[in-house]
Amino acid sequence: MKMMRMINLVRGSVMKIHGLSRASRCLAAEGGVRGLSSSSGPRVCIVGGGPAGFYTAQQLLKARQDAAVDVYERLPVPFGLVRFGVAPDHPEVKNVINTFTQTAQHERCSFHGNVNVGKDVTIDELRQAYHAVVLSYGAEGNRSMGISGEDLPGVFSAKDFVGWYNGLPSNKELRPDLSCETAVILGQGNVALDVARILLAPVEMLKETDITQNALEALAGSKVRRVLIVGRRGPLQIACTIKELREMVNLPNTRADMLPADFEGIAEALKDLPRPRKRLTELMMKAAKEGGDDKAEKCWGFRFFRSPVEVIAGADGKRATGIRLALNKLEGSGESARAEVTGQLEDVDCGLIISSIGYKSIPIDPAVPFDPRRAIVPNEMGRVQDTAGLYCSGWVKRGPTGVIATTMNDSFDTARVLIQDMEAGKLDLSVNKPGAQAITALLQTRGVRTVLFSQWEKITAEEEKRGKSLGKPREKPLDVDEMLKIA
Amino acid sequence: MAASAAVRSAVSLTQRFVRVSPDCSICPLYRLNACTGATDGFTAPSRRLRTSIGVWQSGDSSSPEEEERVVNVVYIDRCGQRIPVQARAGENALHLAHKHGVDLEGACEASLACSTCHVYVSSEHYEKLPEPEEREDDMLDMAPMLQENSRLGCQIVLTPELDGMELTLPKVTRNFYVDGHVPKPH
Repeated sequence: MKMMRMINLVRGSVMKIHGLSRASRCLAAEGGVRGLSSSSGPRVCIVGGGPAGFYTAQQLLKARQDAAVDVYERLPVPFGLVRFGVAPDHPEVKNVINTFTQTAQHERCSFHGNVNVGKDVTIDELRQAYHAVVLSYGAEGNRSMGISGEDLPGVFSAKDFVGWYNGLPSNKELRPDLSCETAVILGQGNVALDVARILLAPVEMLKETDITQNALEALAGSKVRRVLIVGRRGPLQIACTIKELREMVNLPNTRADMLPADFEGIAEALKDLPRPRKRLTELMMKAAKEGGDDKAEKCWGFRFFRSPVEVIAGADGKRATGIRLALNKLEGSGESARAEVTGQLEDVDCGLIISSIGYKSIPIDPAVPFDPRRAIVPNEMGRVQDTAGLYCSGWVKRGPTGVIATTMNDSFDTARVLIQDMEAGKLDLSVNKPGAQAITALLQTRGVRTVLFSQWEKITAEEEKRGKSLGKPREKPLDVDEMLKIA
Repeated sequence: MAASAAVRSAVSLTQRFVRVSPDCSICPLYRLNACTGATDGFTAPSRRLRTSIGVWQSGDSSSPEEEERVVNVVYIDRCGQRIPVQARAGENALHLAHKHGVDLEGACEASLACSTCHVYVSSEHYEKLPEPEEREDDMLDMAPMLQENSRLGCQIVLTPELDGMELTLPKVTRNFYVDGHVPKPH
């Protein structure tokens, strides 16, 4: 009886919802809601289809009911680091893709994939076609360690390693050699911990994720049993967050192996720490003290106060067989503590070296100012320096740190500033701008094949289909050409 | 103990002030006539939320026998505007916010993988919530402007004893403070 009433209630709600959506569709068709065809509203172009791009678009669409936003992305597929950076065993973090999908499907938003801004179309051409352009293209480069031997086989940037197991086309040929026992990771941020975790995670767990098949096979045959995660400074300066540390501590069949000397004086400093730092340090100390099951065949550990000075090559000089580290002492305390050299050195044998010391933005177009020292586009609260109508959001604006939530807040900031400028008349909205119409025509004459969001939907459906036959959520195609063929 | 009591009373003082005069004038959206109020032209439709406490699906009709399970909640948005809503026991505070156009993000869709649904809970109701699980505390650690009464909205399940609860959205993004306020380091 109650069941029937509930079913009728649900049916009633569903009917109401259908009615509403039918009504709104009629409204749109009658031009009651301004669509892309009537062009008297502001047109904004966003360069980069990752979290920064989509969150900026979301805010712009929300704040101005007459704004049209177009997102341009170099790859045929959207979502940037959410797709190619977030670890395969963190699927919940990728849920944000649903929010971005809603934005892309919004009637005043359009996605244009496979467009290389700077090469296929210039920033100046975009600025002519739009009232405002927002740069959200992130950081595709890599900070180098600047030490000899860095280019030897066996040494990789974390960015490339992560791109490899996440299916980024430019990293598909990486083929890291995983036949050594020890891997050393330089850097102690969340990316470093992701890499360590993927190297040591049980294959049974990885094979149910969207990790690429070739990476899965390589990891299944991996001989890596020990991962050291090295940082310049001490435990109180570590850059990772507690969730990732906890995942290391809880990794099955592994134990923690740290040096008690690295933790001298830390217990006394605990009580004055702010909550996040305190909880993180307590967990680290607990792991250092308890270690774990001695019978565990795999181990990991932090090594503090150490900076890389040279990659050591084997007898034939052909590949990395170790790394030379300089021992540091700390000057000052807290977040601003500095590492100073002591002159002491330490050699560690290892066959895999992964440098995880930061991503880096690169200039996209000579018309855009770029600060090579900080590797960002110089800006004031998101307004690009000396360039009216040009804005930036995300890592290219603030530098390559922070989680998705950080980028979200930052993108909202830029959108607010852009809206302010519109309202204050700093952008001339009285002149009609052609927007995507003009750019699409231009790209066509240049033989560039744009991928629309509906075509991405075909790609993702194919990925899910392929994944299903392998027991995974999806299997990503590794080639841009293959993506274009499916689209 | 004394410190947390002090924080709690400071928070409730702020909230009392807010109750008397919701301050739209400090919000740039309002100043630019860009405030879309509680009903937003572009809200997330009711989505099926996978929470760590079970799947919850939205429905929007109520029947007489469910009236005693009505829970009144007030959201205070980033402009200080009060948005009173009626919820049903068992509903989730993030989903409820979306249903009523309250500007609370839920990037990871209630799976304890982000901190974008961070809210401050009115102190007398904060005590009544069950202790956060370790994973929630881990995510809260990453939220800017963490306070004693901070919780993740997606983990708050409404019960009748939470009637009258006020959930305040932090008035801050990492770099840009809505009212120009600069916080002291926490």
